[in-house]
Amino acid sequence: MSYEDTTDDSLVDQRPTAGLETATTNSGTGRTIIEAEDVNVWYGETQALHDISMEIPEQQVTALIGPSGCGKSTFLRCINRMNDLIDTARVEGAVRLRGKNVYDDDVDPVALRRKVGMVFQKPNPFPKSVYDNVAYGLNIQGYDGDIDARVEEALRSAALWDEVKDQLDESGLELSGGQQQRLCIARAIAPDPEVVLMDEPASALDPVATSKIEDLIDDLARDYTVVIVTHNMQQAARISDKTAVFLTGGELVEFGDTATVFANPESDRVEDYITGKFG
Amino acid sequence: MATEEFDGLDANGSLARKRLYGRIFVGVCFLSTLVGVVALALLLADVIYESWGWLSWEFLTYPPSRFAENYLPGGRGAGIYPALVGSIFLIVLTAVFTVFLGVGAAIYLEEYAADNRLTRFIEANIANLAGVPSIVYGLLGLAIFVRAAGLGSSLLAGSLTLTLLILPIVIVAAQEAIRAVPDSQRRAAYGVGATKWEVTRDVVLPSALPGIMTGTILSLSRAIGETAPILMVGAATSMFRPPYSLTGPFSAMPMQIFDWARLPQAEFQHVAAAGSVVLLTVLLLMNATAIAIRNRYDTR
Repeated sequence: MSYEDTTDDSLVDQRPTAGLETATTNSGTGRTIIEAEDVNVWYGETQALHDISMEIPEQQVTALIGPSGCGKSTFLRCINRMNDLIDTARVEGAVRLRGKNVYDDDVDPVALRRKVGMVFQKPNPFPKSVYDNVAYGLNIQGYDGDIDARVEEALRSAALWDEVKDQLDESGLELSGGQQQRLCIARAIAPDPEVVLMDEPASALDPVATSKIEDLIDDLARDYTVVIVTHNMQQAARISDKTAVFLTGGELVEFGDTATVFANPESDRVEDYITGKFG
Repeated sequence: MATEEFDGLDANGSLARKRLYGRIFVGVCFLSTLVGVVALALLLADVIYESWGWLSWEFLTYPPSRFAENYLPGGRGAGIYPALVGSIFLIVLTAVFTVFLGVGAAIYLEEYAADNRLTRFIEANIANLAGVPSIVYGLLGLAIFVRAAGLGSSLLAGSLTLTLLILPIVIVAAQEAIRAVPDSQRRAAYGVGATKWEVTRDVVLPSALPGIMTGTILSLSRAIGETAPILMVGAATSMFRPPYSLTGPFSAMPMQIFDWARLPQAEFQHVAAAGSVVLLTVLLLMNATAIAIRNRYDTR
């Protein structure tokens, strides 16, 4: 039984309420920003994702949940083509960002990643100063505006400015784990992407740091579309507007408003999963 | 039932024997360590003892001579100056060549080359090349640089030969340093839209640099002590001035020491020992630099 286990009935009862609370805060624009159509992914001979189709709404938080090995992280990496970095990975189907298929031949994955930022499971700041960490994306993208101002804005958006404003020249590695992860979020949003992908961003953090990250994600959805992978179901219920449930074998079993998915899942398998019968 | 003693917790027969084996094992390991350290200490003590009184400022600043000692202004007396400077020139040139070629090859193999049979074949053979005896590299240098390329017995031919000798070691060390850079760092850079070249330049190389430099300096300190390759290439033994041109003749400390050591006069054994001390000092300084670099970046 792992730490994110949810066999406790009381948690099950509380979940839909928690989900409903936040679902109302991010109204979004009602438009679809990312549209996946029949996405299949193979790692060598093994198929990791089967015919995934999903429409991710703009300026909302979409959570991808499911047990280990269900392909939720794989799907996340399809959106900014990080799977390109894995030699054995092969992607079929279409992932459209504002209508443009990111797997078209004329799409440069580097340009794509400038529009779709990413935060990883373990905080991975560069061994550079706090400032240089945040400015890195701006520098390589040739940002010609006021870099100081963008760095400050990004750090404020990541709820980190007040804690680090006097140590911008110190190494990012000097910060605590939770601060490092918020630094990584600042780094991801500094170049002002359209979408921020987060791959279990709080799984390596303690509960206090986790709750800060969750609050932050809620705020981020005002300006950005957030897609977050988590295998903590309460977290998904707390922070997301839409939830996609992947189950073992790489299938998308359920996708809809978070409150609905948690309160009245259509699929029995999803019901079993979110009530903690397996996973 | 106050305190009734429970027996069965003492070291009984078989446990006591196992503990004895453990102590014997530690003893053997300690002796093995001692042999190496003592041998090195004896060697150093002997060389320093032999050179005592022969190591002087004049020794460092005079050219070699038929006479062991008698440093008069503009006069005779065996010094190591041309060979010392020759060795330094040789090692600086070798460093420039190996850093560019070694780091370039390591980056290509680790970051760019596809993981296929050809790459693995190349990597296996680089490791094999690291074990080829230095005299073979000397012959190779003689054939390629001295003869075929027409460089003659020059400083350039010597340093290129030494480059060939240590290049495999530098490549392997640099590969290991590059491999030690965590993938999470590369992904972080890709994630904000860095190109492969930017990831390599901004993330991989800065993190790998201390390891690369340590490996390179340790390899160079091997090269500076090598005699066989420069002997084959034709380093001079009676250079009365430092090398003056890339394509001109050169001498180097191991060569000079070798030459002194085979002279019949007993005094020259002391001169050779003094030369050894100078060579060892340069070598230890290089190693200390490598260790300092490693420690400085390890604590980060």
